[in-house]
Amino acid sequence: MLDKLVDTGKKATRDGYGAGMHELGKVNPNVVALCADLVASLKIQEFIDENPERFIQSGISEANMMGMAAGLATGGKIPFPSTFANFATGRVYDQIRQSIAYSEKNVKICASHAGLTLGEDGATHQILEDIGMMRMLPGFTVINPCDYNQTKAATIALAEHVGPAYLRFGRPSWPNFTPADQKFEIGKALMLSEGTDVSIFSTGHMVWQTIEAARALEKEGISCELINIHTIKPLDEAAVLASVAKTGCVVTAEEHNRYGGLGDAIAQVLTSNHPVPQEYVAVNDSFGESGKPAELLPKYGLGIDDVVAAVKKVLKRK
Amino acid sequence: MTDRELKLKSVEYRQKILRYIYHAKAGHTGGSLSCIDILNVLYNQVMNVSPENFDDPGRDRYVQSKGHSVEALYVVLADLGFFPEEDLLTLCRYQSPYIGHPTKKVRGMEQNTGGLGHGLAICSGNALAAKKDKLPLRVFTVLGDGEMAEGSNWEAMMLAAHYKLDNLCAILDYNKQQITGANADVIGLEPIRQKVEAFGWVVREVDGNDVCALADTLQCLPFEAGKPSFVIAHTVKGKGVSFMEGVLKWHHGVPSPEQYEQAMKELEEARQKLLEEVVEA
Ligand SMILES: [Mg+2]
Repeated sequence: MLDKLVDTGKKATRDGYGAGMHELGKVNPNVVALCADLVASLKIQEFIDENPERFIQSGISEANMMGMAAGLATGGKIPFPSTFANFATGRVYDQIRQSIAYSEKNVKICASHAGLTLGEDGATHQILEDIGMMRMLPGFTVINPCDYNQTKAATIALAEHVGPAYLRFGRPSWPNFTPADQKFEIGKALMLSEGTDVSIFSTGHMVWQTIEAARALEKEGISCELINIHTIKPLDEAAVLASVAKTGCVVTAEEHNRYGGLGDAIAQVLTSNHPVPQEYVAVNDSFGESGKPAELLPKYGLGIDDVVAAVKKVLKRK
Repeated sequence: MTDRELKLKSVEYRQKILRYIYHAKAGHTGGSLSCIDILNVLYNQVMNVSPENFDDPGRDRYVQSKGHSVEALYVVLADLGFFPEEDLLTLCRYQSPYIGHPTKKVRGMEQNTGGLGHGLAICSGNALAAKKDKLPLRVFTVLGDGEMAEGSNWEAMMLAAHYKLDNLCAILDYNKQQITGANADVIGLEPIRQKVEAFGWVVREVDGNDVCALADTLQCLPFEAGKPSFVIAHTVKGKGVSFMEGVLKWHHGVPSPEQYEQAMKELEEARQKLLEEVVEA
């Protein structure tokens, strides 16, 4: 199955969001886009051009944007407030917590430039804590798609979903390998490649890193089961436990701090149901810095080699 | 520093901003060119801060709220001797401390900034602490016009007036543009003067690309005892390079080799003209 996972041409996940919004503009008249002065970065110009009356520019006032989104949802709209991931979460956490989560508003917070891979802007803009913050909010759905096609499909699926949600994606061009015609099922893990020695659960840009790592490991006779956890909350516990029952050990991979993210979400399921050795591929409790994705990922422990090393380590602990 | 020396510094700073952004192939060109005259006057004429007194608790403080125009701050700090200018050849590169937004990893920086709407609250706290400690220092920040939409700025403005922070001066780099377009098309600020005055600050307006006018204005701080000072510095985004002035794409545009050559030629001509004036005088 590994050889079926082919990059059909690099595209940014944020472009997938823009394409999904463009589609929603045509099919769902309740969808409203909001943006805090980052229209070009969020790739929603086509939506705006075709639906100018359904776009609200908040300017650089993210707290205000989240409050307005909550109010729009009260009025029956499906608001998609969007900005960079740090400004969409940490900056406005109390607005999200009180006005959206606690108030159970049908708001879809869409966040680009998540993680290290935004590059040159450095640490203030490279949030590595957002998955943790958002999955702690009661009732919130948290999704981190892995490529352009999946981001587009997830965006479209969110308009049908009822409840607050956080969609996290990124800036760089990245391998696009999931099917263009996929139906995105929120909360359903995606089996990418079956294997027997280790379960690798990964999310976002790191999915491709795990695919490359699995190819290298296959040459050494190690069989990896690759499962894409695009929805971190609600987590597909059945898929996690079924895989672990077969392999008996786990590696998790995410472009996020090792605290609070996918790794912890998986560990919670394992400790309560089926404890097995687990290794984390994640950022080791630090902020980022400027640089290109290819430079930053290995430095912060998110390289293909880091996945390979984590697999070898966890196999020894089995 | 004489008016001519200040003018010369501004031109040279603009050359350096372009040199390092061109080399890095990244940076916020338009905003750095817009606010450089303000930083020039602050650091060379107004503030009591230098590499020698940077660890002295009585030094004046500067926090750049519009952190993305960090290149302007880098070239001024390098000129003051906080670090070797050649270090900026690593701007925005992997493992460089000279990243895309201010960080205290670089000597001379008081505060990490980048996300907008943070600087004024931080400066208010710093100014309040100085009052409590009876330190005569002053605190300065440069705000972007786009970030005036951040509610946090207005919260800080209420607080600064309430605590009578006349040791605080905020300078608005009012180039009338932000990343998406004109302020007036994104979220309008006007009437900004009346709004800030209504929050209890004393406001002066000045041509923010005229170093002499800036120096004159900033020499008379505080504008009124017991009140914080606010300078509306009317500026031009991309100032100093004909094809960048007021053109939106230079918000974070990087010049092509031809554009770079043209821009540096224009600035060099401006520099030579100033040098000749100095000789004549
Ligand atoms: Mg501006």
